[in-house]
Parts: sequence; structure tokens; C-alpha cells
Amino acid sequence: MSTPGETAGETVDSAREMLPDNSFLIQYPHVSRVVRSLFLTAFVAFGIGAFMGVLQALHRTGVARLVDSADYYTLLTLHGVLLVIVFTIFFLAGVFAWANTRSLDRPPVSKRFTWFWVATMSVGTAMAGIAILAGLIPSTDISADVLFTFYAPLQAHPIFYIGLAVFIIGTWLAGIDWFRQYLAWRRENAGERIPLQSFMVLTTMLMWFIATMGVAVEVVVFLIPWSLGIMPAPNPLLTRTLFWFFGHPVVYFWLMPAYLLWYTVLPKIAGGRLFSDPLARVVFVLFLLLSTPVGIHHQYVDPGIAEGFKFIAMTNTMFLLLPSLLTAFTVVASIEHGARQRGGTGYFGWLKALPWRDPAFTGMALAGLMFAAGGFSGMINAGMNINYLVHNTIWVPGHFHLTVGTAVALTFMAASYWLVPRITGRKLYSRPIGLFQVVLWFIGMVFMSAAMHRGGLAGIPRRTAEPQYPQVTFETVAGSVSSLRLQLAFGGVLLFVSALLFLMNVGLTAMNNKPARNLDSALPPALSGPDQSPTVLDNLKLWALIAVVLVILAYSLPLYSIVQGAGLYPAGQEASPAVIAPLLEVIA
Amino acid sequence: MHVHNYEKLWLGASLLLIVGFISTIVYGAAGAGITMVNDEGGQVNPQELGNTSGFDDPGVTKVGPNEYEVHVVGIQFAFQPSTMEVPANSTVTFYVTSRDVVHGFEIVGTNANTMVIPGEVSKITVEFDEPGEYGIVCHEYCGAGHHSMAAELTVTEPSNFTMQDDTQTQTGGNETTNATATPSGGESA
Repeated sequence: MSTPGETAGETVDSAREMLPDNSFLIQYPHVSRVVRSLFLTAFVAFGIGAFMGVLQALHRTGVARLVDSADYYTLLTLHGVLLVIVFTIFFLAGVFAWANTRSLDRPPVSKRFTWFWVATMSVGTAMAGIAILAGLIPSTDISADVLFTFYAPLQAHPIFYIGLAVFIIGTWLAGIDWFRQYLAWRRENAGERIPLQSFMVLTTMLMWFIATMGVAVEVVVFLIPWSLGIMPAPNPLLTRTLFWFFGHPVVYFWLMPAYLLWYTVLPKIAGGRLFSDPLARVVFVLFLLLSTPVGIHHQYVDPGIAEGFKFIAMTNTMFLLLPSLLTAFTVVASIEHGARQRGGTGYFGWLKALPWRDPAFTGMALAGLMFAAGGFSGMINAGMNINYLVHNTIWVPGHFHLTVGTAVALTFMAASYWLVPRITGRKLYSRPIGLFQVVLWFIGMVFMSAAMHRGGLAGIPRRTAEPQYPQVTFETVAGSVSSLRLQLAFGGVLLFVSALLFLMNVGLTAMNNKPARNLDSALPPALSGPDQSPTVLDNLKLWALIAVVLVILAYSLPLYSIVQGAGLYPAGQEASPAVIAPLLEVIA
Repeated sequence: MHVHNYEKLWLGASLLLIVGFISTIVYGAAGAGITMVNDEGGQVNPQELGNTSGFDDPGVTKVGPNEYEVHVVGIQFAFQPSTMEVPANSTVTFYVTSRDVVHGFEIVGTNANTMVIPGEVSKITVEFDEPGEYGIVCHEYCGAGHHSMAAELTVTEPSNFTMQDDTQTQTGGNETTNATATPSGGESA
């Protein structure tokens, strides 16, 4: 508590008293705490994952090899799991907890339940993380050097798979929490349209429930019993297919919180309003319907899957471009509206009227710009026969560092500059550092991703500690391979510096004694409101049902034919590494 | 439902783009004849490759006047065989499988590219227009020594090509010359 006589300025405590009554922190102190806790885990994972990233960038380019090449894959597993599972999904959970509460204007039903899923997700993460890190300690038999995709018969310690399962159960509980919150709202608001942010949360979670069925079956039915030594090794093609059943929709799970922020927060920061609420709903429904029945496009060059199934996945994938193309329109139109409200004029002159000094705006705008580039390289990946040229080359990480690595990650960082003050009541430590940081991320990614795409066209493989082979000469279209390596490493270093600046800025914000100002959490209504769209859009049961039917149509025949081919447990499959003593032997 | 005119225009253009993309794929498949790796290769027992026809003695086999088969086995962390030689302007069908974990098979600089999954056989048919040395890399992480897993493919002038396999006799080389060899590597057909 400050007294008027103090000259050090207001403390946060006194500032909280000064916060407007409608600020999120005052209305929902408990949810704010939940979000802070989720963000903390997300940011710690981000820091470690980014450090692994720069080590890899320096290692595979040969600039500096600080670890043994055999350990490179442990770092790569850590990089993948921490960044695309822990960072993205914990941040998502924070954004969704905030958005669902804010838009329904009521807290979750049970505080204990909320903390229960936070704890479940955290315990699962810790288990998987310990299994991976133990791989660096030779004296333990525990390891999980299986990368983010954990293709059997490469085998991880059971702790890794169990941790993964516990984590996913935690995300399901989170989804249940948000649905209960919605149903409580519905009881008091019969006949009303679902508030937009809540609609986005709910459709995304429905998509997630469907998508995670694949990985849940893979892990719980096959991998855990196998790693415990209870069951034989499963059909590797089957577990791969179950993984990609989940592995593609998970990318939309990363992306949907970014979309939620682009649709609902970005227009406000730009000074305007969302262009069209109906179209936003259509986009999220399309993602619910189309995200899952496309996973086989990750298996275009897999044996054992007929070409027809690949063609169907390709067609679905191409139509999945539609919601993203619609998003590009709506987001740009909303920003333009904002710029014109701020006095911008002309065909392109309005661009100058945007709040480019605000890191939250600039970060999200640059993230969206890069998503366009990532979208185009993704269209090439999606081209079934064109994909032959780039499949599993470093082109692919080049692509997804634009999408999840920038469209998602940079949006999350930019949004943090806006959201963290709203859940802590503390003023952002430094806007200039924030601005510099988001621009640095963009520049670093331009270098790294361009080098990766070009290296991929030369055939340089991904997921490799030393892509330098005595037998192989990689020929680039333009420039030398060594210059590409330097660009990749340089970009990686810039990205790491940017990540450090972000963590520092957010950390100092969390400790900042200056109170945040202008904490208005209200979001302006859309120019075209929900009343202009048919109510069937809000019929979540209908869309979920159609989504399930599409998944059954897309997957039942391929799964049936895979099992018909080699069976569930084909003879002759052996775990690698074969160091883990099966549990039954340990007990005996 | 109210949709703005600009939105309608954008929606139409987007759908056109999507249909255009699908058309290019259909053209690639039907026009250029690029087929996908599929389920034709069938299944094998990874521990019984020594008793499986073709994989018991991996390498190049001549199966027709200008047709060759190459059986390749991926193991941690090598390809068997580690060197292969085929003549240019011939039809080469690769049968690739794994004895242990998931591997990849990419003939660098070409679009010959497939996953290698234990228990499944990947079958890809390739035509090499141009003699030269091609590197083959494993492009899927397969364990601690993954980065050392590579092999070499030599595409020889048909007139200089002799089968190394003594069970096969070489018929006279292809009479056409390679004067028209295209710079692109291979093509899956």
C-alpha cells in the first residue's frame, strides 16, 4: 500500500485499486492467476526450446558443434516437444482460459477443476521432459530420443509415453472445463448467439477432441504396453498413420489461438473492429470439419497406402486452404478499417496510419505476413507429386518455422505484450525493446527460413546432425551450400537473441512495480455482427457430428487396409534402442 | 447470411486457386505420369529378409531388355548395398525396405524419394536420363548414427555398363546416345 507521501510512484497494489472495475484482473483475479501460471510454463519451455534451437542451427551447419552428434537428436527431441507441445499448448490454454471467461463474462464452474487440469498437463509435461533429458545422462537407461513424431519401432522409455498421455488427458479436461463454463452461460442466456471468442474456443476444442483420438489410441493402446514389455511391437505403418491422424490437426491447434487473437484482439489494437463476425465463425467451423481428414498428406511417400487415399487427403488439404485465405481477407480488412478510423487514407496510404510503434500490433502483423509465405510453401508440400522433391528435406522445417515458428510463436509473443499487463496489472517493461524484438524475430526468420527452403530444394535432408556426406554433393539453384549454412546459422542466432529479449521483457514486466494503464479488456463489436449469420453456425453438435463423419470417411478404409496388410502386431518388429528391460522381466 | 461483395469476390478467387492447385496435381498424375508410392510393394518380415527373394541378395538385377530392379535394405546406419550402378535411359525399379526402424530413401537431386518402413516394401520406378554420380541419403531420423547413413548410385553410359552380378549377362547397350540427356535427375514414373 502506498501513501501519498511516497515518491517512488504507485505500487501495483495501489494500482490495482486504481484499475477500472471492468478490467479482467479485477473481475477475474483467479482466472488471471491460472493464465499467469500457464504462461509461466509456456515461457520456460520457450526459453529452453529456443536454446536447443540455436544449438542445432550452429551444429548442423558446422559453425559450432558444442555437443556430440549422437546427442544432437536428444536436443532435437527437446526442441520439438518443448516448443510445439509445451510452449504452444500451455499458451493456448492461457489464451483460451482468458478468452472464454472474458467473452462469456463468467468464471469457470469450479476453481479446483481448473487447477486439476493445469496440474495434469504440468505433470505429463514433466514426465515426458524428464524422459527426454535423461537421454543426456549415459548412466541411466532412460531415454526418449524419438523426436516429436516418436515413430515406432524407435522406442522411448515408458515415462515418455505415459507423460504424453497424461498431458493429453489434461488438455481434454481443460476443454471440458471450457464447455462447462459455456453450458453454465447457456443456461442463463438461452437463445443468444455464442460470444465469438467462446465460439472459437469451443470449435477448436471439438477439433482437438476428435484429433487426439488418433494419438491417444496410438500411445495408450500400442506404445505404452509395448514399452512396458507387455505387448509386442505394433505395426509401424499403423502407428505412423495414427500419429498423423493427430499430427496435422495439431498444427491447427497451434494456429487457432493465433487466429483468435488476429480476429478479436488485433482489430482492437489497430484501432478498428472485426470486419465480419459471420465469416469468422465460418472459418472456425471449416477448421473443425477439415483439420483431421487430411493427415495422410504427411504420408504421401509412405509405402502400404494406396494412391487413392493419398489423393483424397490431398483434395481435402487443398480445401483447407479456404479458411486461411478467408482469414487473410478478414484480418486485412479489419486492420484497414482500423487504419481509416485513425485517419488513414488512400489505396495503400492507410498502412502508414497503423500503430507500428506498438510491438503487439507490429508483431502480429509481421506474423500474419509470414504466414502468407508459409502458406505458399505449404501449398507446395500439399501438392502430392510435387512433394517428392521436398519430402523430408530441410524445406519442411523451413516451412513450419514460418507457420508455427512465426505465425504462431510471433503472434503469441506480440499478444503477450498486450495480454500480460492485463493479467498482472503491471506495465509492460519496455515497448521499444518489444518492438525491436518482434522485428528481430522477423528478420532472423527471413534468413533462416529462406536458407532452409533453398537447402531443401537442393535435397539437404532435415533432422540430421551432420548433413555433410562423403558420397553426396548438394547442388543449389543459386548460391553455394556453404553460404546457405551461414545464413541458416545467422538467422538462428538472431532468433535466439530475439527470444532472450522477449523473455527478459516479459520477466521484467512481471516484476514491474509500475501499474498498467488503460487496461480496457472490452473488445469492439464486429462491423457485421453475428445477427447477420444463420444460427445453424452455432449448432456445435451438428458440426461435431459432420466432422466425425468426415474423419470416418477419410480414415476407415486406409486404416482397414493397413491392418489387412501387415496386421496389428506384425512378426519381426524389434524395438530400438533395445536397452529398456521390459517391466515383466523386472517384476519377475 | 450477409456476405460483402468483396468477400464474395475473394471467396470465388480462393476457390478458383484451390481448384487450380488440384488440377496441377491431377495433371502431374495423369499427364506427366507421376505416380505415388503406394501399396504395390507388399509386406515382408524384417527379420526374414535373408530368406526373402530379392532382399536376400540386395543390389541391381536385370529383368528385361532395358529394365533393372534394385533391392535396397536400410539398417541402422547404412544402406545395403552401399554402392549401386545402373545404365542411363533404362527403367529402374527400386524395392526398398528396412530391417529395423523407419528410414528414408532420397536420391539427391531427383524426385526419387520414399519412406522406408520396416515390414513394408516401397516400390519406386525411376528413369535416369543423364549419367552421373548420385548420392542417396536416409532422410528420416533413425537413431544416433542417422547422419552417417548414405549410399552412392552411379548412372553409367549404357555402352559402358556391365552388370556386376555374375548371374546376369549384359545385352548390348542401348543404341541411342545420350546427346539429349536432360539436366534433371530422375523421374518417378
